[in-house]
Amino acid sequence: MKAFLNLFEALDSSTKTTAKVAALNAYFKQVEPAEGAWAVQLLTGQRPKRPISTTEMRELAAEMAAIPLWLLEECYDAVGDLSETLARLVPEVVEASRGTLLPDDAGLDRWIQERLLPLSTLDLAERKVHLKETWLSLSANERFLFNKLMSGTFRVGVSQELVIRSLSETFKVPKHLLSHRMMGQHAPSPEWFEALVESEEGNGASHEAIGGQPYPFCLAHPLEDATIEDALGPISEWCIEWKFDGIRGQLIRRAGTTYLWTRGEELVTDRYPEIAGWADSLPDGTVLDGEILAWNTESNQPLPFNDLQKRIGRKTVGKKLLAEVPVRFRAFDLLEWESEDVRGRSLAERKELLTRLVPAEFLSEVFRPQDWDEARLIRSAAKSQNVEGLMIKRWSSTYGVGRKRGDWWKWKIDPMTIDAVLVYAQRGSGKRASLYTDYTFAIWKDGALVPFAKAYSGLTDKEIAEVDAFVKRNTLERFGPVRTVKPELVFELAFEGVSLSTRHKSGLAVRFPRMTRWRRDLRPDQANRFEDLQRYLGAEPTVAETEPA
Amino acid sequence: MNLTDSGLLTLRPEGVYCPEGDFYIDPWRPVSRAVVTHGHSDHARWGCNSYVCATTSKEILRHRLGEDIRVQAVEFGEKSVVNGVTLSLHPAGHILGSAQVRVERNGEVAVVTGDYKREPDATCEVFEPVEAHCFISESTFGLPIYRWEPQELVAAAINRWWSENADRGVASVLLGYALGKSQRLLAMVDPSIGPIVTHGSVAPLNAIYRNEGIPLPLTKNVLNVDKADLRRALVIAPPSALGTPWMKRFGEYSDAFASGWMTVRGARRRRSVDRGFVVSDHVDWPSLLQSVDESKAERVWVTHGYSSVVARYLQETRGLDARVLSTEWEGESMKEEAPAEGAEQESEGGEA
Repeated sequence: MKAFLNLFEALDSSTKTTAKVAALNAYFKQVEPAEGAWAVQLLTGQRPKRPISTTEMRELAAEMAAIPLWLLEECYDAVGDLSETLARLVPEVVEASRGTLLPDDAGLDRWIQERLLPLSTLDLAERKVHLKETWLSLSANERFLFNKLMSGTFRVGVSQELVIRSLSETFKVPKHLLSHRMMGQHAPSPEWFEALVESEEGNGASHEAIGGQPYPFCLAHPLEDATIEDALGPISEWCIEWKFDGIRGQLIRRAGTTYLWTRGEELVTDRYPEIAGWADSLPDGTVLDGEILAWNTESNQPLPFNDLQKRIGRKTVGKKLLAEVPVRFRAFDLLEWESEDVRGRSLAERKELLTRLVPAEFLSEVFRPQDWDEARLIRSAAKSQNVEGLMIKRWSSTYGVGRKRGDWWKWKIDPMTIDAVLVYAQRGSGKRASLYTDYTFAIWKDGALVPFAKAYSGLTDKEIAEVDAFVKRNTLERFGPVRTVKPELVFELAFEGVSLSTRHKSGLAVRFPRMTRWRRDLRPDQANRFEDLQRYLGAEPTVAETEPA
Repeated sequence: MNLTDSGLLTLRPEGVYCPEGDFYIDPWRPVSRAVVTHGHSDHARWGCNSYVCATTSKEILRHRLGEDIRVQAVEFGEKSVVNGVTLSLHPAGHILGSAQVRVERNGEVAVVTGDYKREPDATCEVFEPVEAHCFISESTFGLPIYRWEPQELVAAAINRWWSENADRGVASVLLGYALGKSQRLLAMVDPSIGPIVTHGSVAPLNAIYRNEGIPLPLTKNVLNVDKADLRRALVIAPPSALGTPWMKRFGEYSDAFASGWMTVRGARRRRSVDRGFVVSDHVDWPSLLQSVDESKAERVWVTHGYSSVVARYLQETRGLDARVLSTEWEGESMKEEAPAEGAEQESEGGEA
């Protein structure tokens, strides 16, 4: 575990990308495949399931340190990290007694497989003994790392991209191939690691297309209205479609089996039985790129994203929900055709093959406007179609890996959105006079929440009632009609522009802010930062506001 | 407020007071007579008419509070009797000349530890356990997560960091308080690795230590070191030197902070230095308990630090009459020190 600990400490103590890549390279150069597999998965955010409750961990550590639990909690308060607290509390043993459980050079894989994973199959008494032995044979820093892995809270400042870059440099495998091989869910076996870093010669592309392995998604860059003509040139070179407001998905049909992956690399085939059922009719060796949408079969158009949210996260779907929120897959690209990887062909060719394969009602509609003004006109209807705007893709482009600039653009009707935290609330007027409906929102700046916008529209009556109840229960202070509330609720705000302002504490003002979504999936600390808002500055011509005299 | 039932020591707005002897111990307001445990600014304050301190603390006090102060130096263990109160000082092992204050009257003994640590180091007198009926202890690091590694291990880690930096040609900037911590660090490092440069606020204190017979390695002013040599140098400076023009001379450097707080990863990260070395001049959890036990005291006042936690623990596990004492002593601070130029203004204070 020492090598992985050294890597963790190097990554943890530096903010420089070059230093991080150097540490990763040095680590991967010496790593055994069995350990490498675990390392790659841990570094890219995949964690083993927690085999023991934190209560048990706490109780054992308190017992070993011979302290009462309240004192352990005081320590936790001072440290702010449970894994670290427990690691520090377990008494240090003499160095000589280390290495008795596993050899000194035992890799991360052995510690996980022999000391961590078995915890989940042991009974309470055995579990205690097992963990106690483990803790005593590790140094405090190793114990900290082990606890992080055990409690599922291991995190370190590297992105998947950085890991791929390092693997690519170390093993001389192209990055796009690595990201393809890493797609999906894999057991962290030495074989998987060896296959991951194997040079590309020999087997060819078909080798990659085994089982339910998805391809890396090609992502689009946002486009600003003002620059569109200059940036893109003649419209005839571009394929124009709706930008759907659903979940991006990759639908795979291989060897008689269907797989539906989301862009978050989650396998969701079972959650959307309508789509899986439909895909069974696709020929083997087909991979479609498209969008999972809640679908209104009467008006034959997508339902708002809010409706789809009722299906997200539901692992099993009842009849009622199936009838209430049916879903449909709309395909916009073809990645594999007759078991051949066709990502290298032009979009025009792929689309041509796609229309042969998929009936029109499951395809994304392609528009053929004469000029950009007509495209603008189409885009302006986006809201009524429950879509986010337009996608603009170059007809001649291949299907790229990741977010590459130039060929794929998203041209949203509401290009500007920010996830912000509700901090103040005020009663509305008229029929909303008894409810707290006028809200002030804040984003993070230097670790503090800075208010930057007020909004009162966009929520349903039911949501307003819920927020109102929250405000009444969570008031921190009152200033006249305004209540300061516990910063807990996060909303997505949409707005038309950002300008400099001396009137707002944040120094920025947004135009026509409104709530577009209650982000129940976000914690307040996951709201956007001031820098995110600042980035929108200059996204369009702005006029500086001045303080009214 | 009486700190002992007999009133041998009391707490006044100015600080801890001995009414019979008419002196204060480390008062935080100007008083006529102050017995001072050591030279850090939260214990030795300006403006008292006279000071009593250990012999080896005298020059430090004069350096910090002014050459013109009236200061009476006493040897460790030397007893003086004032109005029936016997006063003596005993080594606290915190910095050079740091003392525990023992007061005795009619066979009743009270001890004020000031700041103290148990592990011997080359730059100060070794802590001496003193028995007392009433024991007033600091608790800066009074949580069981704080357990110091033996000094040799930390010294080896510092030397390794320094020599790795020297090998790649970058200076090593080691940050610690000018008084006490800096000299201890100097005595810990291996001077064969490269030249040692000290900040202007550290140099005069080094001179005082050397005059008291504490061997410290050769240290240089930055102006007397070649640019090429600076790239192999160890630089000892107070944290407040970071970000000042003085630092520009070293070009690219690696920095590290030496403090007991560096035990905790979050504290290391908030400091945003490259490394954190756990070097503390205060008692850790086991030696705090050991000291309470060895004092054989029945009443324990716990001050500056995790005082309520320690007091509760002593009540529960030892059945002692342990209480929290609010003082203005501050322990070891994570906060920035006062301007680097004025070592006199340096604050050691501010434990949350």
